[in-house]
Amino acid sequence: MEKYALELIEKGKRIDERKFEEIRPLTIKKGMIEKAEGSASVKLGETEVIVGVKLNVGEPYPDAKDEGVLIVNAEFTPLASPDFESGPPGEDAVELARVVDRGLRESKCIELKKLCIVPGEKVWIAFVDIHIINHQGNLLDAAALASLAALLNAKIPKLDGENVLRKEFEGQLPVVFKPINITVGKVGEKFLVDPSFEEESILSSKLSVCVRDDENICALQKQGNGELNIEDIEKMVDIAILKSKEIRKLVE
Amino acid sequence: MSETDEKMIVDGKRLDGRLPNQLRPIKMEVKIINRANGSALVNFGGTYAIASVHGPRALFPRWMQESDTGILRCRYNMAPFSVEDRKSPGPDRRSVEISKVARLAMEPAIFLEDFPKATIDVFIEVLQADGSTRVTGINAASLALADAGVPMKDLVTACSVGKINGTLIVDLNGKEDNNSEADMAVAMLPTKKKITLLQMDGVVSKEELMTLVNLAEKSCEKIYELQKQALKEKYKRI
Repeated sequence: MEKYALELIEKGKRIDERKFEEIRPLTIKKGMIEKAEGSASVKLGETEVIVGVKLNVGEPYPDAKDEGVLIVNAEFTPLASPDFESGPPGEDAVELARVVDRGLRESKCIELKKLCIVPGEKVWIAFVDIHIINHQGNLLDAAALASLAALLNAKIPKLDGENVLRKEFEGQLPVVFKPINITVGKVGEKFLVDPSFEEESILSSKLSVCVRDDENICALQKQGNGELNIEDIEKMVDIAILKSKEIRKLVE
Repeated sequence: MSETDEKMIVDGKRLDGRLPNQLRPIKMEVKIINRANGSALVNFGGTYAIASVHGPRALFPRWMQESDTGILRCRYNMAPFSVEDRKSPGPDRRSVEISKVARLAMEPAIFLEDFPKATIDVFIEVLQADGSTRVTGINAASLALADAGVPMKDLVTACSVGKINGTLIVDLNGKEDNNSEADMAVAMLPTKKKITLLQMDGVVSKEELMTLVNLAEKSCEKIYELQKQALKEKYKRI
């Protein structure tokens, strides 16, 4: 299978007949978890990720007393792949959560100052929990997109003194940017987007690029044990900027 | 990362007096731990990292062995006393991620296929953190691998670059790291200029991004010379 996929790519084709810069069919659903303040599921081809956003009241970080807190966590549930094991998150889950976190945080997509309740004492903590339902490749882009969609779907609950009124809301979570993560893979001298599970095993390296609405880059992560030269990086970033615009339209 | 109103660049110079493209004083020493097969110490200003290499050695448990190649394992760890507020010992999410990317940064340099069923274990300890700890650690690890006599295509050389007050700079110290608009870690195989680690966070335009990568490449060339010098020093001592 791997050899076949590799041969196809050298001939300019992909195993599922996609173009090199074509993503798999994408569906985004929002709000299917009623108990969560925000939720979304993303299906990217057969890859499926569900993200729930919960808001709790807690203390701010000492170096950002008037800002809410964003925490991203990822769970590679064993149901999603025979390679996933139960137990504490492994390095792939940790890396995925941290790269998604970086994209959301560095793009300043949430106005964290608006999540302050009492400066220095009480702020909203937004927990973004990523659950992988089916691992058919490119988990990172699917997880980042589902996280953004869930944040766009999230509402801030009303507060009654110390109590959080979970059924009543005072407004939407203030999301001001829509950072889109695009992973570009390199095979030989070819570049492709949205690698499937079969393709991931033949990619020498991948570069995940998080692009903000204004085309600025807000996070990068090279993955895989291959090598890239500077020209590769430039090409990959260009592809990511182009694709990010197309996908951003679909998340609104 | 948060931007402060404090000016980090005054009259074209950084707060510690450096020019934007100037590295901090660098110290490198090889073979500092005699129980390890290879070891090295690297200081970038106030960031101190030591690395040691055990192996190639037999890998146990057996199910972890690969019949056609050796494997590389890497652990990046920060000492509890390395930062201002004590860090609780043991791995946290940050060090788990850095251990992974450091391993992937070094793997392409090593002829792992020469060591089926074996492991090469790399341990990076950050003794004091003042910014750019992962790249300092990777520089030390690469020296330790060379010191251990592990066959390699090239050394791995790493450095950090970033953007602060709109200026692009190299080798961020801790304060700059905390106040930067963007920071990027780059590792490469310097002879063929192949990039093996690339991470960035913060907001930059595409043009700035490419300038940063080029800036990192130039700095890596300087660091590479120092690494070669450190390895030669070792034999002078014998």
